[in-house]
Amino acid sequence: MSRREKDRMNWIAIGAIADIPPRGARCVATPQGKIAVFRTADDQVFAIDDHCPHKGGPLSQGIVHGAAVTCPLHNWVISLETGKALGADEGAVRTIPVKLEGQRLFIALEALASKAA
Amino acid sequence: MSEKLVIIGNGMAPGRMLEHLLEEAPDRYSVTIFNAEPRVNYDRIMLSPVLSGEKAFEEIVIHGDGWYIKHGITLYKGHRIVAIDREAKTVTSDHGVTESYDRLVIATGSVPFIIPVPGKDLPGVLSYRDLDDVNAMLLAAQSRAKAVVIGGGLLGLEAAAGLKERGMDVTVLHVMPTLMERQLDPAAGYLLQKAVEARGIKVMTKANTKAIVGKGKVEGVELMDGTIIPATLVVMAVGIRPSTALAKEAGLEVNRGIVVDDRMRTSDPAIMALGECAEVGGHVYGLVAPLYEMARVAAAGLADSEERRFVHSDTPTKLKVTGIDLYSLGDFADGEDREEIILRDASAGIYKRVVLQDNRIIGTVLFGETADGAWFNDLKKKATDISEMRDTLIFGQAFQGGASSDPLAAVAALADDAEICGCNGVCKGKITGAITGKGLTGLDDVRAHTKASASCGSCTGLVEQLLKLTLGEAYNPAAVQPMCGCTSLGHDDVRRLIKAKGLKTIPAVMQELEWKTSCGCAKCRPALNYYLVCDWPDQYADDYQSRFVNERVHANIQKDGTYSVVPRMWGGVTSAGELRAIADVVDKFEIPMVKVTGGQRIDMLGIRKEDLPAVWADLGKAGFVSGHAYAKGLRTVKTCVGSDWCRFGTQDSTGLGIRIEKFMWGSWTPAKVKMAVSGCPRNCAEATCKDVGVVCVDSGYEIHFAGAAGLDIKGTEVLGLVKTEDEALEVIVALVQMYREQARYLERIYKWAKRIGTAEIKRQILGDGEKRKAYYERFVFSQKFAQVDPWSERVSGKDKHEFRPMASVGFAEAAE
Ligand code: SRM
Ligand SMILES: Cc1cc2nc3c(=O)[nH]c(=O)nc-3n(C[C@H](O)[C@H](O)[C@H](O)COP(=O)(O)OP(=O)(O)OC[C@H]3O[C@@H](n4cnc5c(N)ncnc54)[C@H](O)[C@@H]3O)c2cc1C
Ligand code: SF4
Ligand code: FES
Repeated sequence: MSRREKDRMNWIAIGAIADIPPRGARCVATPQGKIAVFRTADDQVFAIDDHCPHKGGPLSQGIVHGAAVTCPLHNWVISLETGKALGADEGAVRTIPVKLEGQRLFIALEALASKAA
Repeated sequence: MSEKLVIIGNGMAPGRMLEHLLEEAPDRYSVTIFNAEPRVNYDRIMLSPVLSGEKAFEEIVIHGDGWYIKHGITLYKGHRIVAIDREAKTVTSDHGVTESYDRLVIATGSVPFIIPVPGKDLPGVLSYRDLDDVNAMLLAAQSRAKAVVIGGGLLGLEAAAGLKERGMDVTVLHVMPTLMERQLDPAAGYLLQKAVEARGIKVMTKANTKAIVGKGKVEGVELMDGTIIPATLVVMAVGIRPSTALAKEAGLEVNRGIVVDDRMRTSDPAIMALGECAEVGGHVYGLVAPLYEMARVAAAGLADSEERRFVHSDTPTKLKVTGIDLYSLGDFADGEDREEIILRDASAGIYKRVVLQDNRIIGTVLFGETADGAWFNDLKKKATDISEMRDTLIFGQAFQGGASSDPLAAVAALADDAEICGCNGVCKGKITGAITGKGLTGLDDVRAHTKASASCGSCTGLVEQLLKLTLGEAYNPAAVQPMCGCTSLGHDDVRRLIKAKGLKTIPAVMQELEWKTSCGCAKCRPALNYYLVCDWPDQYADDYQSRFVNERVHANIQKDGTYSVVPRMWGGVTSAGELRAIADVVDKFEIPMVKVTGGQRIDMLGIRKEDLPAVWADLGKAGFVSGHAYAKGLRTVKTCVGSDWCRFGTQDSTGLGIRIEKFMWGSWTPAKVKMAVSGCPRNCAEATCKDVGVVCVDSGYEIHFAGAAGLDIKGTEVLGLVKTEDEALEVIVALVQMYREQARYLERIYKWAKRIGTAEIKRQILGDGEKRKAYYERFVFSQKFAQVDPWSERVSGKDKHEFRPMASVGFAEAAE
């Protein structure tokens, strides 16, 4: 992503980091479907589509370990950093830029904006 | 559309064929199997260890029910095919099911031969072929009375050893002068007889049966010379006949067996046959190795993957009686053109004989020491000229070239294509290749990847030596299975160390026990959370982020991400008020499906997560609490109507069920726990397949446990009989607490009980009043913290964040 594109990104506030339990996730409802926002044990934050590449399981409901989540439906393990399925499974979900500013969380919905517009 | 493959018979041969077929052409056929035996495919060879008590039936299942589900195979259990219509291409079962086929495979195995003597149909006369025969023998053995086994071959001797092991007084009758005369020469047969007799089994050779005598049931066996041997059980193990009647009736070419070519095709191009029922090149077979080769050939034919043809080869015979080592292979009759080399060591009970023709081995008999069997087999197969080593040949491989007599060295010296597992035709190179190539570390791995040692098990020692050779120090046969990739410790060690070191949080466990990952994984975290909840009920703060979603939000997630809600209906009893409240909730929240569950209560499915707290609030007002249908915890206690209503009821089964459920609900357990109470032995609440069950009888309450009716099916075992309801409750609670404290996470009661032994459980729960009291007290203490309705907690605001989105982004914001 070039600098210019990044500058043009549309950062939307979604709440505070404290709203998400450590090793947990919350959902953000958007016109394009749910986005899952994760907080790891060491307070890193990631956002991905709440839609498992396997059969659409809600990833926000899975168990979070390291920087990965295990899907609640059939136990695929998805990397929060890359959105890719780990281990023997193949597939990926969209990752969404997310930023922690002080205590406040923002996600960038540029792709979505152009789609919705 | 996939082609339809129908298989008649679900024995070892077609089971193996399907494994190959699923590998080679997984989607080519839709498969339907009819099996006269009412069960899945199991390792028939291992019935003898089940009979003797060395193994349980579950351990010898090859394909459990789950396997058929996973591969989309329809299995009709207990359906005998009675007709094949080759014109219409259909088969019909004795229960009237008709199925059409594109390809048909006949694998009906063999039927035991019953000698046509008077009395052969008396109750108490059994054959030895399937699990039903074993169960019938076990039942008979309970009386510890006298058994006669007719037939001194492989099956007869295994049956005799098993029955002896079970406490019966056993006599073997054999019509020939020596035992196993078809596989052993007279000298080895004599040694075998001595070894069998040394176990307290009587052997009578040259014993010709005239009749089986008895009025209404077996009382004895009468020999031609008039001798009568008293017996309450007679097992006939005199041989088998290929089961060909069905094929004959359908007009297929049948000789001794169903005639097939070397690609397993019968005289009808749409029909194949394999297994013991098939005759190929004039041979019929009774050991699995050639049948497995047939399976490979048949699968290749069905998959059109390669042109494979069946080639005859000799299979070694081994006797599976612990402590008797015997190996026989090939042809060992005397003859003009034959020479033999013999070794006898009377004091060690060893006899070895190798038969040669033109300096090549054609037969081998080994008794007392069989380690060199594989080597002799290899020399025979390759027709190696042995003139060079003739003088030392009989001493075995270790003696060749002055090598030491170290068994490892002997295995090391075997060629890569030497056969290790005769049953499955696996050679040394394949095993060592899999060990290094796939990083295998233990026997189970090797069994899973190569099938070596997975059938009769007699090559287990060789496979272990190969592991040792290939892995060196890294091979640790006693190695425990680690909990998961995050630790090298097994569940039992972790449980022990949590207690011993007083570890009370998940981070403490991971720190002290040197976890390899920063915060575990989805396997170990729920397990650790359970262990801590169980061990420190008053001190540990349950970690919801380490629970599977269902237990975190107290509802069952569905495939579309909605949830289902199952309230408790104590003992399966409900009322107009409760039903009305459910009806109102269903209307108000437009719940798409209401279903009566298999656990005597009502499930509301398709509820949106956001609606859960409001649904629970309404249910709570009507007095409902969570049914924990999602929990590794107490689920349902099913009951029948019992003495309150039923004309056969002996006790108040409904009342006792409700009492147990009210006492125990809310408790977390290693895996789910389901119970049932039946009012009499008619057992309408199906108590005898539950984790814990009670069958009421006139004299009190028979307490059952360790049943299963899910992926595995297993009847319960009886823990004991108690006189009063109070005692029943105390025993059940103590039993469950013992299980809570000892089992591994996700281990159901029946698996735990098998691992630690039912005798030990009986001893602690029924034999030791103090232990029982202590377990009971610990359960009661833990319930103080556990018995809180999770729904009402959440209605009053706990974990609010779970049920609503963190934020909602509208179109305007998104498009800004
Ligand atoms: C709802 C119900 C089917 C029904 O409509 O009747 C059901 C539904 C499910 N069962 Fe079941 N089982 C239901 C009775 C049973 C029974 C019958 C019984 O309890 O008498 C059995 C056989 C007895 C047993 O447990 O051994 C049964 C054996 C299983 C198994 C196999 C367990 C095993 O160890 O072999 C699973 C899989 C598992 O737990 O891993 C399972 C798993 C499931 C799950 C949880 C599948 C899943 O992981 O999502 C299903 C949840 C659906 C939902 O959200 O409601 N269900 N399940 C029944 C609920 C009973 C209740 O009131 O709580
Ligand atoms: C106690 C015992 C010990 C043994 N030990 C050894 C050993 O150590 N080594 C060794 O190599 N071999 C051993 N065997 C032999 C080995 O088990 C058999 O060779 C092998 O199981 C045969 O496999 P199969 O598939 O041909 O037939 P089976 O396994 O007999 O299966 C045939 C199945 O077809 C079903 N059937 C029959 N007719 C119909 C019909 N009309 N419709 C539907 N279903 C039908 C039967 O119910 C049966 O379940 C032993 C056998 C027994 C009984
Ligand atoms: S409810 Fe039980 S049997 Fe039915 S599909 Fe689900 S797990 Fe399988
Ligand atoms: S939907 Fe996620 S693993 Fe199947």
